[in-house]
Amino acid sequence: MSETLRFGSSSGQPTTRRDGIAKVTGAATFAADNHPDGLLYAVYVPATIARGTVTHLDVTAAKAHPGVVEVLTPDNCPPLPGGPDTKPFRFSFSFEALQDNTVRYANQPIALVLGETFEAATEGAKLLNPQYNALQPRLGLDGTTPFPTNGDGFGKPGTTVHGDPDAGHAAALQAVDVTYETPAQYHNAMETHAIVADWDGDHVTLDLPNQAIVMSCAAYAHHLGIPAENVTIRSPYLGGGFGSKVIINGPQMLAIMAARMTGRPVKLMLRRDQMFGPTGHRGATRQRLRIGIGADHRMTVLDHDSRATTSSFETFVESAANASQGLYASGALRSTHQGVRIDSGTPGPMRAPGEATGSAALECAMDEMAFEAGIDPLEFRLKNYAEREPGTDKPYSSKALRQCYAQGAERFGWAGRPLAPRQMKDADGLLVGWGMGTALFAAPMFAAQARAVLRPDGTGLVETAASDMGQGAWTALAQIAADSLGLPLDRIEFRSGSSDLPDAGVAGGSAHTASAGGALHAAGTDAIRHLADIATKDPASPLFGTGNAGVIARAGRLHASDDDSRSESFADIIARAGGAEVEGKGNVSRSPEAAEAHAMYSHGAVFAEVKVDPDLFQMRVTRLVGAFAAGRIINPRLAESQLMGGMIWGTSFALHEEAKFDARSGRIMNADFAGYHIPVNADVQGLEVITVHEDDPYVNALGIKGVGEIGITGTVGAIGNAIWHATGTRVRRFPIRIQDLLAGS
Amino acid sequence: MNLFDYIRPTSVSDAIAAWQPGAAYLGGGTNLVDLMKTGALRPGTVIDITRLPGVDRIETLPNGSTRIGTLVRNSDLAHDPDFAMAFPMVAEALASGASGQLRNAATLGGNLLQRTRCAYFQDPHSACNRRFPGAGCDARNGDSDNHAILGWSDACTATNPSDLCVPLMALDAVVETQGPQGKRDIALADFHHLPGAAPHQETALEPGELILAIRLPANATASRHNSRYLKVRERTSFAFALVSAAAALQLENGRISAACLALGGVAAKPWRVPAAEKLMLGQIPGADLFRRAAEVALEGAVPSGDNGFKIDLARRTAARALALAAAGTPAQMPALPASVFGESAHV
Repeated sequence: MSETLRFGSSSGQPTTRRDGIAKVTGAATFAADNHPDGLLYAVYVPATIARGTVTHLDVTAAKAHPGVVEVLTPDNCPPLPGGPDTKPFRFSFSFEALQDNTVRYANQPIALVLGETFEAATEGAKLLNPQYNALQPRLGLDGTTPFPTNGDGFGKPGTTVHGDPDAGHAAALQAVDVTYETPAQYHNAMETHAIVADWDGDHVTLDLPNQAIVMSCAAYAHHLGIPAENVTIRSPYLGGGFGSKVIINGPQMLAIMAARMTGRPVKLMLRRDQMFGPTGHRGATRQRLRIGIGADHRMTVLDHDSRATTSSFETFVESAANASQGLYASGALRSTHQGVRIDSGTPGPMRAPGEATGSAALECAMDEMAFEAGIDPLEFRLKNYAEREPGTDKPYSSKALRQCYAQGAERFGWAGRPLAPRQMKDADGLLVGWGMGTALFAAPMFAAQARAVLRPDGTGLVETAASDMGQGAWTALAQIAADSLGLPLDRIEFRSGSSDLPDAGVAGGSAHTASAGGALHAAGTDAIRHLADIATKDPASPLFGTGNAGVIARAGRLHASDDDSRSESFADIIARAGGAEVEGKGNVSRSPEAAEAHAMYSHGAVFAEVKVDPDLFQMRVTRLVGAFAAGRIINPRLAESQLMGGMIWGTSFALHEEAKFDARSGRIMNADFAGYHIPVNADVQGLEVITVHEDDPYVNALGIKGVGEIGITGTVGAIGNAIWHATGTRVRRFPIRIQDLLAGS
Repeated sequence: MNLFDYIRPTSVSDAIAAWQPGAAYLGGGTNLVDLMKTGALRPGTVIDITRLPGVDRIETLPNGSTRIGTLVRNSDLAHDPDFAMAFPMVAEALASGASGQLRNAATLGGNLLQRTRCAYFQDPHSACNRRFPGAGCDARNGDSDNHAILGWSDACTATNPSDLCVPLMALDAVVETQGPQGKRDIALADFHHLPGAAPHQETALEPGELILAIRLPANATASRHNSRYLKVRERTSFAFALVSAAAALQLENGRISAACLALGGVAAKPWRVPAAEKLMLGQIPGADLFRRAAEVALEGAVPSGDNGFKIDLARRTAARALALAAAGTPAQMPALPASVFGESAHV
């Protein structure tokens, strides 16, 4: 059968969020909105030291408080059958579940208090009044002796060398050697981590915001010592995930253990300040970039070394230097990584992990090199444009970066930008600067499954355990599913967000639409294939005998592909066949051969204008233009929102976000939104996204790349470069602060 | 949070009678409730004063002074047309503070009594002489970027976070109170204490004493055509000031006949600088004069930690605020109040 579906009537449309009204009216049920009968409220007690042991907890005082039901401490906490240091899956990291009294970072859980009310549990937690044997915490990028990571797993980037970097340095006629620092940053999704755990015998139901629903069931089951099928996760809505909700964390596990121990359902929702510790973060980095160029302004070497903080007990190191792989053509290319063990929680994947930090430093260093060379930063990038992946020499599956540069520059008005800094002012006397950066993000695809059913009434049911973190999976995935079944969007029922559905893989790596969408597409196609099989073999059908030419599914009917007038509705076909549902299954993953043959990335170019007060050095990003090529765009409205969100995140990285550790206690002293700044609406002015058309026949059947993370990359550097261009002060740390510009003035 | 008694009196005398050691008056709750949630404050009794009669009005008294009741909400005051016309920099300061939601809830009296945003004060697990006299001060040698550069002591380096109080200080506001001993007036200049050796004694209020109103003298409107509040912060809105300045001038025949200058974010109280004001009297307004005035304004400033940049920044901010005031009060409230970024973007 040559063609069994017509793809594209829903896909490509800027459909508004199908869950939008439910969300803005409060009807959408987030995890903490569940209140099963007999619910207990849990509050975890965070360590207020970063290193040492707990020597005393006043359990008697806590239990005496009215409404406190139980207190879990290492003295009475049940053991975990699958210990907290075991690794059931690739994204497993050690967590704390009150298995001993050591403290390895501030905000680590050291007890869990259960109460009849949240207030009672909160007060009980306070009354525990922990006593410690505290040791001096090791903090910062010089906290301990760095160790090299060797590339043997997730969060363990290694060394990658292409060509001869030493020869590249030697051959350089001009060079820059610059070091940039980025601070620890915390995910801080609007919805803090929450869980409602409810046991029924040895089966547990978890209402839990989660980015990898089916995989997490197996992990929880492993730790709890029960079969995977005894864990149900319901995660219909997430108020943001950003990588933090892929990882199993201690407080959530404690809530599950507490529910098992007390025989009552337990709810735990982290306070905002508790998000700064056990739930992952982006480690601080110090990156040294050495770039050399020859007489033709072509790079002879790109040498990127990154040191990043990780915890004392677990290894997740930002793969920042890998941002220099895959982007610019260079005679030689080297990325090296080191970790520094400090007394903080374990970092983890945070939106554009590695890429965000690495791109920030790389794009600024490229700007510094261009200025040294005396050429325009965009021209410099074009001179070093990689037609094939640097190092591997693989062709790109698609790469419309040239068009991104051109369309972004045109829309921004980049032409005529003075090379020298501090040349432009606005009518109010504010310094104006323009900067740019290249955006790059890998385009992976994960294994995913889906099921599609054509019902006797001609409607469709599609199922996959996808996660809508706010990115719009409820909408974009349904659009793909509707097209795959040849049905309008309102005639399919889309079930998602629950672990009793087929595994949709991880909502991460900017790959969810490609993965889960690919599975839905395959399932729908399979269902239509079965339906076509029935119709074309049924002498009573107008489609009888069209098997060789094939049929097309459109608007609830199958049509002969060589004669549109021959058609029959799904319902009629099914009715005559006895009225049984027609089921299709999808099971997709990227073939190793495809992955081997091509380098696969989304690309983009970001242009920034900043204005800076010449005396007070307040900064504002007045314009951001991002042009991105990310394969097929399923829903332009949602994709542009995702890209905008990434660019705003980049603004946040460039100018605002920084966790401030107290050097004595190891605690983060700005662990709330009053102190840990992210942009407010007034910080975001002109913000424009261009999606550049790109057909990619290799990434997956639908040609989908990803848009979830790439918006951060490029943007941070573009803003940093624009601030330099406005002021002449090159700040090599993020966020860029007023005092940094004052010091440079 | 801890269990506490909640009382909602309907008269000022009942409110004062209900007060006992460990009690707290509750206005808009935008600060007190937050601190109760973190455990930094644990009042045994919360006396909700939001139902008290007669203290939610803006009125002009027979002597020409303006009286603002303690329960007037920040938003209502900032957007009262007559008030904003008479005291534009007060309105600008109010509108530059917090967020729309918080301004709708926060009350005038509460604004005067908001506690420092020093992280070590807000965090019940840190040593703080303000919360526990004699406990020590973890802000010293701690994260201290935004701490005081004037009037601080070894016992405390915290700043007063209020925007509102800065122009009120510049305009000689008076605080009307009532306590167990009766009613009295306290000059705003005497209301907040510098820390000295007793930073826990934050204000001149006696136990149980309640703010009823703020009064601005009749002559405070004289500078309305040349007054500005300027707030320098790390993001464009919804952030406390790194430093701020309220500047009000009266100009006669091209010369300064009266000048008021107060700084915010630099000390435990809004920092009025009479010497700088005096220096400008009779002078022709200009950048050089304002720079000299700003120099004088920051005399005696000393970093209390990693915050030396604030001295330079405060000087620059004071000079700019004076220049803005000399240029004239805008006809309308700027779309981004108290900001160096112009209206064009957000109208």
